[in-house]
Formats: sequence, C-alpha cells, structure tokens
Amino acid sequence: MMTITQKILAAHAGKKEVVPGELISAKLDLVLANDITAPIAIKEFRAAGAKKVFDPDRIVLIPDHFAPNKDIASAEQCSLLRQFSREHDLSLYFEVGRMGIEHALLPEQGIVVPGDLMIGADSHTCTYGGLGAFSTGVGSTDVAAAMITGEAWFKVPESMKFIINGKIGKWVGGKDIILYTIGDIGVDGALYRSMEFTGEVIKKLPMSGRLTICNMAIEAGGKNGIIEPDDITERYVSRRARRKYKFYKSDKKANYVDVREFDFTGVEPQIACPHLPENVKPVSALASVNIDQSVVGSCTNGRIEDIREAAKVIKGHKVHPYVRMIVIPATQAVYKQSIKEGLVDIFIDAGAAFSTPTCGPCLGGHMGILASGERSISTTNRNFVGRMGHPKSEVYLSNPAIAAASAVLGRIGRPEELR
Amino acid sequence: MKFKGNAWKFGPDVDTDAIVPARYLNTSDPKELAKHCMEDSTNPEFMKKMKPGDIIVAEKNFGCGSSREHAPIAIKAAGVSCVVAKSFARIFYRNSFNMGLPIFESPEAVEGINEGDEIAVDADAGIIRNLTTSKEFKATPVPPFMQELIAAGGLMAYTKKKAGLP
Repeated sequence: MMTITQKILAAHAGKKEVVPGELISAKLDLVLANDITAPIAIKEFRAAGAKKVFDPDRIVLIPDHFAPNKDIASAEQCSLLRQFSREHDLSLYFEVGRMGIEHALLPEQGIVVPGDLMIGADSHTCTYGGLGAFSTGVGSTDVAAAMITGEAWFKVPESMKFIINGKIGKWVGGKDIILYTIGDIGVDGALYRSMEFTGEVIKKLPMSGRLTICNMAIEAGGKNGIIEPDDITERYVSRRARRKYKFYKSDKKANYVDVREFDFTGVEPQIACPHLPENVKPVSALASVNIDQSVVGSCTNGRIEDIREAAKVIKGHKVHPYVRMIVIPATQAVYKQSIKEGLVDIFIDAGAAFSTPTCGPCLGGHMGILASGERSISTTNRNFVGRMGHPKSEVYLSNPAIAAASAVLGRIGRPEELR
Repeated sequence: MKFKGNAWKFGPDVDTDAIVPARYLNTSDPKELAKHCMEDSTNPEFMKKMKPGDIIVAEKNFGCGSSREHAPIAIKAAGVSCVVAKSFARIFYRNSFNMGLPIFESPEAVEGINEGDEIAVDADAGIIRNLTTSKEFKATPVPPFMQELIAAGGLMAYTKKKAGLP
C-alpha cells in the first residue's frame, strides 16, 4: 500500500515498493537550476572533471532571479549559464525574452509532466506536485552530481494528508489554503515529510491553485507537496505535454503519519504576517495595517489566473496615492495573454507598474525593493526579515485579490471594501 | 575531527535569508558571502564579533527557507567550525553534508549551552562538551547514507567514482 509519492519514487528507483525511511537512488526526468544556484553547480561539475551532461534535453537552466541582469555581478552569473548551455547544447535553456519564472514556465510549457521525478536547485521546485509529479528542492552540489549521473539519492518521506472540504468563498483560493495549512502546522510542521492535499475543494480547484498550494509546501518544511492527478490535470496537461505522462494515485489504504481535515466554509482570505509564513491571520484582523507597496507575481501567484483575479478587483479603481503597485506576469505567455485580455490596460489605468517576467522583488533582488520601515503586501511566498529589501521592512503574504484591493485602499483590505 | 570555540546562540527557524540575504547572491564567491553571514539575523554584528573556530548554536529548524548552498558556504567561509541545532531544515541539512559544513543535531546540547560558553566537539564520536559548565552531550547519529558520503569524501567525490571520472 503506497502513497502517490512512494509510487513515483519506487517507479524511478526500479522497485516494486518503497517504504518511508528507505534510501533509494532514483532516475531523474529533469534537473533544474537558476542564475543564483547554477553557477555553483557548473563550477562543481567542471571541478569534477565531467565533460558531458547525462542528457542535454533534461537539464533546465533559467536565468530568472536577477534577470534581466540587474547589475554586473548578476550579468556574470547569467553569462555562465549561457556559456554552459551552449557548450553542452542544452535544449532547455531559456533566454530573457523567452524565459519566465522557472516554476511557472515548466508546467505551462509542458516540460514537466505528471508522474515525473525531478530535482531543482530552488526550494520552490516542489511546485510540480500540483501536476501529480514528485519534485523537490536541493542545493547546487546535488544538481552538479545529477547533471553528471541523471540520478539522485532520496530518503523516502513519510506522508501527511490534508483534506480540504467545504465551500470556499469568492476571493479564497489555493494561496489561502496553503497559508491556512502552514498556520496550522508551522514552518517545520512537515519537516522531511510529503504533504498530500485532497478533499472536495481540491478536486474542484483549477491547476493554477493546485500549483500555488504545492509551491509553498517548503514553507512548512515539506519535502514535496502533491495532489493526485484527475480530469482537471488531464485537461491542463494534454495540450501541453512534451513527453509521455503517467497518473499515479495513492492506494486507499496507504499509510499517513498525520491526517488533517479543514472545513473551508466561511474561511476568509488568509494573510501571513511578518516574519514567518506561519504567522497567519484572517484578512479582517489586519484592516489597520497600512502598506507602501503591493506586489502581484512570483512562482506562487504569477499565472494568468492570478493576474486576472487582481485585474478584476482593481478594474475601474486607482492605486492609492501612497502605494506602489507592481504586477509581474510569471512568463512571456502570461504577459501576452494579459495584453490580449486587456488586463495590462486595466493595471496601467489604475496606476500600477507592469513588468517583464522576473523573480525580482520576491527575494529582494530588484524591481521593488523596500526601504527601512516600509511595508509590502505581496502574493509571493516568504516574509522573512529583509526578504524584500531593508532588514527593517515588512512583508505580508496574501492572494492576488487581497493584494489588489489593498493597493487601492492603502491598507490591508478586501475587494468588498472597494467602492 | 575536533572543534573548539565559543558559542553564538540563535533562536528557532533561522532562515537562509537571515544567514545570507538574497540581495548578496549576485555572487557565489565564499569570501564575499561570508562578509554578510547572519547579517539579517537577530545578531547582525555576528561577523564583527565572532572569532574563527566559533560555533553557532541554534534552536529548531535551522536553515529553513531557500535551497541556496550559499548559506552553508557563507557560514563555513566565515570561519564557523560547526553548527549545533535542535533540528535542521531538510535542504540545509543535505547541503551542509554535500559541501562540507559540519553540523550536529542535539536538543540537549542546545539547552545546555549559553552564549559565549566554550564548546568542544568531537565529530567522530558525536560528543559535544560544554567546557564552561563541564557538561557533556550526545549528537544524533548521522544516517548511514550520509556516513557513506562522508567516507567517500563528499557527494562530488562519490559521484566522480560512480561516474568513472578520473
């Protein structure tokens, strides 16, 4: 009796069955790194005397964090990725103008598919669990080794199950579900464990929301987040997949170390307050918190559904005079679709900035850094001290509708409060 | 391996942005990264005050957040000999072994060490001694797989051997 996570790990390790705690060496479908983590991996790869990558079509390098290059040092890092990609003829290197934020780009382009096993030198690699893949974040050295061998070591994790039931409110979605969950179990509540999400809310949740939930599994210390693939997955994947895919499902009698059931009926949009993603409160408890900036974007909430949601809220309104609103579509396709649907017009008319894809402000890189004492509401994934700029600045994490409403109000608030 | 140094204490959930803020990640040069080690933590003066060989002693979930190997690299390049914590975040734990920063899990040791205490660590025996209070603690044993990696000389040495690289 195995969970979906165990089944994917077993299949890639060439085993019939794996049990939690077991150490396995597994074949990787993809290996991913970005402009921050790939440089170290490339140096390690070269230092090991390696001449060839295991498969030039299974290594993904994406300059997205400090790209388009924000300064000379970043330009050097991106240049190293470019050189390495040319040297090894990597087919999955994405240049500025074609790139997007890695965890939004890979599912959108059908590069990662259900049933895959992959690692990425970026902690939010766990995003692809939304498709029913096993994916987890590792460091640069693991990526260096994997680029040589196409394999990685894993300790099979124990699994936790989260059953999300009830009827969710109008402005409640994937972000609120994952913030609520992290608030419940804490930032190390799923340490070394797999987080599997199910229940009637999840079964109806669009792919964008599922990706958002799995994206933040790491914020609870989880090894991976995962959702069983179904018809919604099939519809999303069938027209995008570049490879064959396989749906794995958990056995009914699979073992979980912890099962939690949340009834989301009547649950408000959730906000994570500084300086940990576990400091979660309902939005109505924070109506007196003024903001200086509102960011909509990132690998967590930069997909077209997120941009649409923010646009729907802000349409016909103006960004508060004391607030900077920055909207960053996660990929070029999202950008283009935003233009096509007139969403860019809505943001510009409201007085918001609309940017080319980049991780940018999420990690305090560029494109919206906070000064001392400033406060941002943001659809990103982390609110640690100094995450978006000065160590004395603050970040509140929310869904896109709340970020948009707050941009208009000049304080944390809900779409219902806009007149 | 044996380490000796004074303890610098940190609270729970020290994240990788506190260990080395992302704004400095436009380089992977260990010396540059070390300059900013613990800059956004509860002890921003850490680099000015610490001496080479000193030991970081932290509560639960040390190194949570990003997968950046720059975090253990910065700590090692800063001259910190090892980190003792009640628990470590998963990726930080794996990274530390891969790049060679000695880390020890020991809730008892963290409880029994105060800021500034003189600490001696016997890595092979997994023993942490507080020389100031003359107390001794045991570290949680390293999983056999990690021991295998260490014996091989780290993940890259292990991989080279496996891949048949000279």
